[in-house]
Amino acid sequence: MTELNLTILLASVVAGAAPIIFATIGETITEKAGLINLSLDGTIMLSAMVAFVTAYSTDSIVLGFAAAAGVGALLAATVAVFSIYLNQNQVAVGFVLTLMARDLAYFLGNPYSRLAGPQAAPLPVPLLSKLPIVGPILFNHYWPVYLSLILIIVAWWYIYGTPEGLKLRSVGENPQAAFARGIDPRKMQLFSALLGGLFVGLAGATFALAIKPGWGRPQGAEGTGWIALALVIFGGWNPIKAAMGAYLFAFLQVIGIYLQGWFPSVPAQVFQVAPFPLMIFTLMIMFFAQRETAQIWAQNTPWKQSLLKLLAGNAPACLGKPYRPE
Amino acid sequence: MHIELKDIHKHYGPVRANNGVNLKVEAGTIFGILGENGAGKSTLMKILAGYIRKTSGQILLDGHVVDYTSPAIAARLGIGMLYQDPLDFPALSVLENFIIGQRRGLTQSNQSFCQKLQSLADELHFALRPDQVIRSLTIGERQQLEIIRLLALGINILVLDEPTTGISSLQKEVLFKALRQLATAGKIVILVSHKLEDVEQLCDNVTVLRRGKVTGNMQAPFDAQKLLKMMFGQIPSTPQCGRITPGKTALVMQGVSASGGRAGLEKCSIQFHQREVIGLAGLEGSGQGVFMRVAAGLKQPVQGKIHMYERDVTDQDYHVFKDYGGMYVPASRMEEGLIPSLTIAEHFALQVSGEFWVNWSKAMQKAEDSIVQFSIKGQKQTLVASLSGGNQQRLLLSFLPSNPKLLLLENPTRGLDVESGHWVWRHLQKYCRTDACIVFSSSELDEIMMVADRVLVFYNGRIIKDVPTCETSVEELGRAIAGKI
Amino acid sequence: MTRNTPQSHQPLKVLQNISITAATVFCFTFILIMASGAPPFKAFFYIFKGSLGSWVKLSHVIQAWVPLTLCACGLLYTFRIGLWNIGIEGQMIMGAVFSTAVLRLGTQSAFPWFVLILSFVAGVIGGGLWAVIAGFLKTRSGVNEIFAGLGLNFVAQGIILWLIFGPWKRPGVASMSGTEVFPTELWLGTIKSLRLAPVGVGFAVLAIITSAILLRYSSIGLRLRAIGSNSHASYLFGMKPNQYMLLAMLLAGGFAGLAGNLQVTGVYHRLLPAISSNYGYLALLVVMLADYKVWAVPAIAFFFACLNVGSIQLPMVLQVDSSLSGVIQGALVLATLALSGWRRFQTAN
Repeated sequence: MTELNLTILLASVVAGAAPIIFATIGETITEKAGLINLSLDGTIMLSAMVAFVTAYSTDSIVLGFAAAAGVGALLAATVAVFSIYLNQNQVAVGFVLTLMARDLAYFLGNPYSRLAGPQAAPLPVPLLSKLPIVGPILFNHYWPVYLSLILIIVAWWYIYGTPEGLKLRSVGENPQAAFARGIDPRKMQLFSALLGGLFVGLAGATFALAIKPGWGRPQGAEGTGWIALALVIFGGWNPIKAAMGAYLFAFLQVIGIYLQGWFPSVPAQVFQVAPFPLMIFTLMIMFFAQRETAQIWAQNTPWKQSLLKLLAGNAPACLGKPYRPE
Repeated sequence: MHIELKDIHKHYGPVRANNGVNLKVEAGTIFGILGENGAGKSTLMKILAGYIRKTSGQILLDGHVVDYTSPAIAARLGIGMLYQDPLDFPALSVLENFIIGQRRGLTQSNQSFCQKLQSLADELHFALRPDQVIRSLTIGERQQLEIIRLLALGINILVLDEPTTGISSLQKEVLFKALRQLATAGKIVILVSHKLEDVEQLCDNVTVLRRGKVTGNMQAPFDAQKLLKMMFGQIPSTPQCGRITPGKTALVMQGVSASGGRAGLEKCSIQFHQREVIGLAGLEGSGQGVFMRVAAGLKQPVQGKIHMYERDVTDQDYHVFKDYGGMYVPASRMEEGLIPSLTIAEHFALQVSGEFWVNWSKAMQKAEDSIVQFSIKGQKQTLVASLSGGNQQRLLLSFLPSNPKLLLLENPTRGLDVESGHWVWRHLQKYCRTDACIVFSSSELDEIMMVADRVLVFYNGRIIKDVPTCETSVEELGRAIAGKI
Repeated sequence: MTRNTPQSHQPLKVLQNISITAATVFCFTFILIMASGAPPFKAFFYIFKGSLGSWVKLSHVIQAWVPLTLCACGLLYTFRIGLWNIGIEGQMIMGAVFSTAVLRLGTQSAFPWFVLILSFVAGVIGGGLWAVIAGFLKTRSGVNEIFAGLGLNFVAQGIILWLIFGPWKRPGVASMSGTEVFPTELWLGTIKSLRLAPVGVGFAVLAIITSAILLRYSSIGLRLRAIGSNSHASYLFGMKPNQYMLLAMLLAGGFAGLAGNLQVTGVYHRLLPAISSNYGYLALLVVMLADYKVWAVPAIAFFFACLNVGSIQLPMVLQVDSSLSGVIQGALVLATLALSGWRRFQTAN
């Protein structure tokens, strides 16, 4: 039976959530401007492959990350251009890219399968990592993990605290009004796609160079993109809530490993499935929380109201509805 | 400073929204643009504001031709517009709405914007809290915010499109006071309205538009009769009493309350009869929309009882209402009434087909007949999305059953040209003779006076007036709409 | 009734579009194969030879064509009503699971053909059930069908793994190679020496014909399209949008479940973790490339099946990954979307 050590468990949650956080926050940024980039799952795979191959060939982890970010931005830009300028269905383009990018990754990455390549070394933060409990949980990781922690705060500040973030949100809420105020909604959406895609690319790199080092078919990152897409909704389009969702998910994954130790007859894949019914359940709760009956139920009771506020995510009003100039 | 519009044309296919409009406005004046719905006022002003592009014509600012392609550039020239449907961000706060689109210095903080917002609001006696979310504001407050925002941008020419629709009388007073203040300060204020009283109260000059053309100009003091003639071509006559003999009760509501809209619906009790035409008046969102949806079974009441021809239909859905001979025609034709990607023939196929097979021959026949009978400009294979507004409405009316019992029509003539509007009513009045009860809502009191036998005025979710049209007047109804009985 | 769409009047334009798309994708793939270090023409040749090179290969292609066509036909209904039935993959899996359950019960039966027929029904029910769950989540609980379907796909994957490694594991060893092989009486009859079950082909052909008739001439087809275009208006016309959404899901799930069944009874003769072979997802691409038109589905499904089967031997002969087929398929759809977007962009300006 596996020993349950809370510190180690939480530390692996923080590390395991890092790529999910990159992807989730990247997608949150894109969706805040009203664009849905459904291609996440494939993007993560392709960027993971490119990260590994680049790092392998140049022996530079940083270059690997940079190349992956580039791939992520490129694929997101494809969705954006198809949707904004070519008038095509975002979901259709995103879905095709999901499958295609994954296959492209398997195809081009084939010669690099199962090779031992470079990987990010653990980088304990001096002093802080020596703190009891908090030290090992937060400050004894690969550097991309720190980056993911910083990104949560920075993304939140960018979206809610800067003029640029305000512009981004305005386009997602009402592109017509944004246009009337001198903002070009198309450019803004393209920009949001590029920025968001960049972080999705980092998610792939974090897998291939840190969390699940190496490349192969399967790599182990399969499915993450879909989870990230669900977590954006779970987080109500708020980067901090979305990150909490990512940690919850990583926790379930880690717990799954422990559970497997306790129930060896059940295959690992079964536990990995667990978060998905939970996702559906969350979406149901969110739906019911927004209904009139729920509002009536919560009337005059502060704690009920704050509960509903927590559950009901406010999607950008024009999410997925492409802006057409008049 | 002055602004001049020269020979402005705007064509949408064969439709001429503006057909050679000229006007000139001097600084320090409040200028009215009057006209009924669909006269081309909004189009003209959206061209001035850079929101839509003109087909031809010139705009001269202080004698110089100016050409711009977006509202942002217009704003830089000092032209700003308050749109009829507020063009803002409901999910964001007052301050955020204020900031978006403002030029910002590198070191400028939100605090300085907040101060600017406050000082401008104080100046015009607007009460706005920077941290409030727009969604929780009234239309009037959202307008106030827009005005302040435009002033902060340095606007000299302020266009307001129907600003008095949907706001309280108190807010209207505040608004008018602020506009006078701005004019006194040397700015140009252009007020677009279809309400005579607004123009009479506020404007120095007025230009009347009708069917995309200028039909006249006038300076204060205004002669209402003459203005009406310019607007409508003829003055609507007051109806005669006793032109119908009501039949059986068609619809009864007892203490019905429901949520929805801006005000919901509260304790509504009515009794409608066969052969009656009932007009529902009131500011947009005062409860008449909810009333119709509740009556049609599209929305369930929170309390109260509804009977239709003596059958209890409380909590029944629209399909039951339809089975009992009712029909609801929504105002948003393309959003709720028709199916954009289907052809005219396919719309008929949906109605005449059996449970399993489509009866194409019958559908084709019906489509052919209806196109002739309702003079719809289109073919059987025309996609309804490509029909004009008037033809869409004709098509919708062609779906009415041959002997309906109860018709609920939401703004049946909105967006139609005058001719189509008359046509619609000529057609609808036939149903009265066949024992139907017709209930319609309209933002045009003149229309209600002209066609209805009885009028209900909604205010804040309640029916505050229920009189035969022959016993009331436009002025009295206008007061009731504003909440003054 | 003939619907006069502008495109159908311009066969030349269609031909032009197809050649532009094909040329673009050809060049793209060419460069890609070069980049992977393999000789492009040889790769194309091997794909051709591996799919149409012999009767046996052709039979493999048809074997893949059957589930692809079935799933694509099902998706036509859900696309008509505006639903993205991404859950088709899981519906196929559940069809296979339900079928296997029936077959396992019937291994000792004296009437194997009866057990097979029962398994068809079970497959349809399994797929349909899984689809209707997603449908209910959509209509009753406001869960977007993409996420509901996706979640259910993963759940179905979990169920199949649990069954193969748990209750249905082979005596002694549980492995990814699946459950124990069924006795041959429970295999669908095949054409001699070709391993191709004519019953499966029959089902696929039947699916195409019924779908073509239903979508074109039946009230159901028209109503699905009406609701897909404007559900509010359709309700005012007297239709019940939610019921039709469930019906569309049920039809799609039923077809997918049948496809899952045929994978078990006609191809693998046991339950595998990868029983769906990703045909559900691939069928989504087929329907998109077919521009949601039923008559184009069989041809495109056949072409996609050729690519899939033809690329299987690429790792052996050229040491490149077989996912090349997926890349070509995706590129084709993407290029088509780009071209139609470009045309619209041109006419708009």
